[in-house]
Amino acid sequence: MRRNLWITKSLVYLLLVLGSLFCLFPIVWMVRTSLIDIGALYQIPPRIIPEILHWDNFRMALDAYPFGRFFANSLLITTLSILGVLLSSSLCAYSFSRMEWKGRDKIFGIILTGLMIPFFVVMIPQYVFWNALGLTDTFVPLVAPAWFGGGVFNIFLLRQFFLGIPRELDEAAKVDGAGHLRIYGQIIVPLAKQAMIVIGLLTFLASWNDYLGPLAFITSERNYTLMQGLTLFQGSYSAQWNLMMAATAVIVIPSLLVFLIAQRHFIEGIAMTGIKG
Amino acid sequence: MNVTTDLANSRETVRRSGSRQRAAKELCYGLLFASPVLAGYLLLVLVPIAASIYLSFTSYSVGTVPEWLGIANYKNLFSGADPFFYPAVRATFYYVFVSVPLGIILSFFAALLLNQKIVGRSFFRGIFYLPVIIPLAASSMVWMWLLQPDFGIVNYLLELLHLPTSQWLGDTTSVVPTLILFSFWTLGNTIVIFLAGLQGIPRHLYEAIEIDGGSGFHKLIYITIPMSSSIIFFNTVIAFINGFQVFVQPSVMTQGGPNNRSLFYVLYLFNEGFKSSRMGSASAIAVLLFLVIALFTAMIFFFSKSLVYYEGKGEQR
Repeated sequence: MRRNLWITKSLVYLLLVLGSLFCLFPIVWMVRTSLIDIGALYQIPPRIIPEILHWDNFRMALDAYPFGRFFANSLLITTLSILGVLLSSSLCAYSFSRMEWKGRDKIFGIILTGLMIPFFVVMIPQYVFWNALGLTDTFVPLVAPAWFGGGVFNIFLLRQFFLGIPRELDEAAKVDGAGHLRIYGQIIVPLAKQAMIVIGLLTFLASWNDYLGPLAFITSERNYTLMQGLTLFQGSYSAQWNLMMAATAVIVIPSLLVFLIAQRHFIEGIAMTGIKG
Repeated sequence: MNVTTDLANSRETVRRSGSRQRAAKELCYGLLFASPVLAGYLLLVLVPIAASIYLSFTSYSVGTVPEWLGIANYKNLFSGADPFFYPAVRATFYYVFVSVPLGIILSFFAALLLNQKIVGRSFFRGIFYLPVIIPLAASSMVWMWLLQPDFGIVNYLLELLHLPTSQWLGDTTSVVPTLILFSFWTLGNTIVIFLAGLQGIPRHLYEAIEIDGGSGFHKLIYITIPMSSSIIFFNTVIAFINGFQVFVQPSVMTQGGPNNRSLFYVLYLFNEGFKSSRMGSASAIAVLLFLVIALFTAMIFFFSKSLVYYEGKGEQR
């Protein structure tokens, strides 16, 4: 019996290590490739750890296109999206959980199903709409959805969180003469900080990693995001994998950093949104 | 006596009209607070869907006036007059019906492993989740390099082990299987949702089996899998919905090639709308996607009420 347990345990570890290798190796190989020179790309057998680290690959890759500008564009879009989602989704969740009004739950149900509609289904009319307003090739179509609640998960998660906050708190505040805006801003939102952090992080990822949105709405190069910059790069440096991996690493690093800082929140957040969505 | 009831009555009327007023006020504030999402629903979902349906019956490209065509766009798709529709449907079905079941099995298995009492559990969880946070456009690029037929590390390692190598993304027969393999790299979300579900299974059920002398295998078959049925179902349907919308990977890695073998449905939709500027026809393609996804979404709502068991949910509240 005991020996069996030991065998099972080692098997579990073995499989976990193999899975981890599968998950990690591509990232390691990206970093490794970003630091070698073009000759080492085609060297056989390849060295796992390169002899000389070519840090200037990064400079060369970033100089090839205005990556600084793309970076700033991505950063602006992401920041505005996070602000928009945090503000609008919490206001809406407050209305759907802490306020009593007629038809509230019915409307919430309808919106819930509606917001499940994938972007591809509404992409063409949305383009036509923004185009008619003269707003294609600006950041507005990329940021606007965030200011409209930013998706079903955010509102659902926050509403769930708000419902768990004791009613007595609002009532006490009401007796003291506080209005809804005060209760929202000074009681409910501070208490739901945890959920707000999760939503902020998920919005960061969705916005920073977005590829399709910019591809559909942004046309001129000065408005490109980092993802578009990367494909631009791919077009002209397709054989120089070391430079390409350097450019890719620059895009991956911010996501990695955010993940390393807030790993726990991410995993909890996915679990929360996933089950209940 | 009389005086007190009168007083009570008048108080009652004051309270009632007051509460009606208050209800109206609450309705106003409620709608005001909810207005961002209400406006978003109207502007970004409801009107666009109506517009999609309308445009799908027209010939429309940006800058032109939509011209009514009736069902011509749909006829064009289904009759095969459009040479890309059926290849796109075929590629997507191939991808979805292989990657989803395999992905569900793999991620359920991974969640079981990550749920064991082992050293470094949260570390392993972090690693398995890590690929999800990498921008898909970036990881597509990395995988292209890994799978490069001549100088890629994967073929090199296979050669080293005397295993057959492959053209991977470069060959008509191997391109979809390669993309399926890549899809396994980003199963972290599904794994985490499974994990949360596994943690919701009450411990006393396992103890009961242990007392009866059941093995780990019995626990899996009689408790873990049945108790996870709701989440397995949920994850499967979500995976199908997402699978129908694979876009970034083929867009970055293959552009639909070779020979349209990886021209997935939404890539085809995007090309039709934005590259060929046939927005009417693209709308018809989008409407069909909408129908399929609406069907799958309805399945979630329908089955989640009857089929599945939600003890985990009850315990969490």
